[in-house]
Amino acid sequence: MFRKLHEPGAQALTLTIDGVPVRAEPGETVAAVLLRQQTAALRTTPVNESPRAPYCMMGVCFDCLAIVDGVASTQTCLVTVREGMRVERQFGKRSVLP
Amino acid sequence: MAKDYDYIVAGAGMVGAAIAAGLAGQGKRVLMLDGADTDLRAAKANFGLVWVQGKGYGNPHYQRLSRLAARLWPAFADELERETGIKLDYEQRGGLHFCLGQAQWDERALRMGQWQAQAAETGSCIDMLDRGGLERMFPAVRWGAEVSGASFGQMDGHVNPLRLLAALQAAFLSRGGALRSQHPVLDIQAQQGGGFLVHAGTEDHPTVYGASNVVLAAGLGSVALGPMVALDVPLRPQRGQLLVTERVAPLLPVPASGLRQTGEGTVMIGVTQEEVGYDLSTTTDAAVRMSRKALRVLPDLADARWVRHWSCLRVMTPDGVPVYAESTQYPGAWTALCHSGVTLASFHAGPFARALAERKLPDSLEIFHHERFDVSQAA
Repeated sequence: MFRKLHEPGAQALTLTIDGVPVRAEPGETVAAVLLRQQTAALRTTPVNESPRAPYCMMGVCFDCLAIVDGVASTQTCLVTVREGMRVERQFGKRSVLP
Repeated sequence: MAKDYDYIVAGAGMVGAAIAAGLAGQGKRVLMLDGADTDLRAAKANFGLVWVQGKGYGNPHYQRLSRLAARLWPAFADELERETGIKLDYEQRGGLHFCLGQAQWDERALRMGQWQAQAAETGSCIDMLDRGGLERMFPAVRWGAEVSGASFGQMDGHVNPLRLLAALQAAFLSRGGALRSQHPVLDIQAQQGGGFLVHAGTEDHPTVYGASNVVLAAGLGSVALGPMVALDVPLRPQRGQLLVTERVAPLLPVPASGLRQTGEGTVMIGVTQEEVGYDLSTTTDAAVRMSRKALRVLPDLADARWVRHWSCLRVMTPDGVPVYAESTQYPGAWTALCHSGVTLASFHAGPFARALAERKLPDSLEIFHHERFDVSQAA
């Protein structure tokens, strides 16, 4: 998988992906962090439930959708990481019902 | 040359493709001419309702036609799916028209009562549901606080309109029909002794096709074609905008006027009826009004992502009622123009195509002739 060319060092912050703490560098996008994980797939599609990973990294393809701080179907390539951010992978068709 | 085909159908949209598929199914040699990619193409943007309730208010003939089409739909969908292998996502489990507040409910009940009385012999197909009735019929749905009830149309349903179009074209081809895309009709010449020469394609290199009959079913494009065979039908565009959400788990079990959830989970939110000529813009004002209205009905939609917003132009006759006619001056030239190409597809591919194949429209369709718009006739 992808890896960073340098370590963020003292500036590193921590977010969680499906509850697991992950280190990230200020300024990078959530999608970039997701691409470095063991499983880059961050969602399955709503109808056929086939796996998807971040792709265009510029807000066009809508393949990098995940639940960020409780907000589902967020384009993670357009969101920069924050300390304590909670990211969850999103599987299949989500429900808007409580 | 003049007898290459029995029928040339100008227009490969929802109306043209249904008629052409029906004619090909009758063993006719049919050429269907499709226009340019940039044409207006109402068939590629519609809502997908197979709708009866309220249709033809004030025009019982149109109401009866809509009811006939709805009755034909199950067998029509079944045959089309079996023949093409294309899943249409057709469902006929009734449809809702929502009322917000008691005044809207009272008004709707009155209007539906009048509508049914206009074709009383066809029997009742509407249940007025008050809030309690709506909740009992759909116990899992979380209706907005202002929803006072709905009219429930037993005959209403919905379909995936893009797959319907694809299936009609596929059926047409498998029945031996010929389809030329990027071949807008440029000119139609009536031949002495009958038959027509149709020029289609690009101005620089048109191709000429001959046929015994021509059928104009080119939506708003028919405005330019009609005068070539003395079928001048007044048409106007009416803009409709709609919004669609991401695909979500089921939250609305049956379609409604202006709100439906597709088989794949998309929620379609509509619609506007705007008299703005050929302007295809979308407007934030309409998006705000449509989404506010939808949220008053289904507040949970607030959490769904809105992913697209588009507009398209309806094909409207002056009274909103279809036009079916043969040219008096040039027999063998026919036209079929309407707004409700999805609902009426079963009729166009079935009884209407069979009548065209016999070269005789039934007397019951006389009422749909466009001479009704002729001022001197009306006076």
